[in-house]
Amino acid sequence: MSPTQNPESPSASTAHEWPLWEIFIRGQHGLSHRHVGSLHAPDAEIAMKNARDVYTRRNEGVSIWVVKADDISASAPSDKGPLFEPSNSKVYRHPSFFPIPDEVGNM
Amino acid sequence: MDARFEFLTRMGDSCLVLSQRVSAWCGHAPVIEEDIAMSNMALDLLGQAQLWLALAGEQEDKGRTADDLAYLRDAWDYRNLLLTERPNGDYGQTLVRQFLFDAWHHLVLDALAGSSDQRIAEIAAKASREVAYHIERSRDLVVRLADGTAESKARIQSALDTLWPYVGEMFADDAVDATLAGQGVAPLPSSLRDGWEAIVTSVLREGGLERPGDDFAQLGGKTGRHSEHLGYILAEMQFLQRTYPGATW
Repeated sequence: MSPTQNPESPSASTAHEWPLWEIFIRGQHGLSHRHVGSLHAPDAEIAMKNARDVYTRRNEGVSIWVVKADDISASAPSDKGPLFEPSNSKVYRHPSFFPIPDEVGNM
Repeated sequence: MDARFEFLTRMGDSCLVLSQRVSAWCGHAPVIEEDIAMSNMALDLLGQAQLWLALAGEQEDKGRTADDLAYLRDAWDYRNLLLTERPNGDYGQTLVRQFLFDAWHHLVLDALAGSSDQRIAEIAAKASREVAYHIERSRDLVVRLADGTAESKARIQSALDTLWPYVGEMFADDAVDATLAGQGVAPLPSSLRDGWEAIVTSVLREGGLERPGDDFAQLGGKTGRHSEHLGYILAEMQFLQRTYPGATW
């Protein structure tokens, strides 16, 4: 089943709610931003502040991205097979035959 | 009277009483994001109260800890600004109270960071980093609510009108202030007014709010003359220590 809202009343229950924002935090320099969760906020600036309060209380981050959840296009769970199966069956694409030296660190 | 002890309890008590007020929103704020943000801020203020009151106890040198000062003094010994004991009201009133206080708080901490008393300067520098965020947040929210719906604007304006009489106390000088200003320990409160007006005026303009016309100032908190509200706040806050003296956990 597709995870979209009921098209007949897309805003009936959410009309007075703040939009949903997806929060990405970069834990330290050199790493990429990681999705940590979502929250509600009236606009991007407040979303950033809320993210600071909700997700960085223990000094987790050096940078925050906020993205309106509506602006994210996501693949449907039912597409999982066609999208990813073909690469799984090509074992030579996986770098699992090479030992990675410890000095390399995060890859 | 020890001016430095008076001053330290004024700082500590304002943080403590406001923290107690704000923490009442925990579990009750209109949305969960605000609930967390408010609780964070209440904890920041509580941490600052602890530092100021611990130093006050040291200054007094009678062996009283921050906890002793917080839990075992009665209302007439409290030195918090009257603004901090005003009721939470609706969420708009809580935010306006916070904004009016934060605007003063961040200015006074900035000035105290250059205090001739090293210990005061250090506490102020640490607190100032937290309060820089408080003012950013309360400022933004006040503007957004003022600039929101007709109802949110009316509520913010009415909160502003209700709380305005408690603004003047933040800038009223007395003998304690004069002594400490003379020693370079703390700024003269009146010297902070222009900076505060600049911040508040810009927010009022941005939010399309009207500055209340009457600058009558309700005084008394800094010398222990409080509104009826403080007694209720302390009754709740001190209940456990009063009922089970010395209880620890």
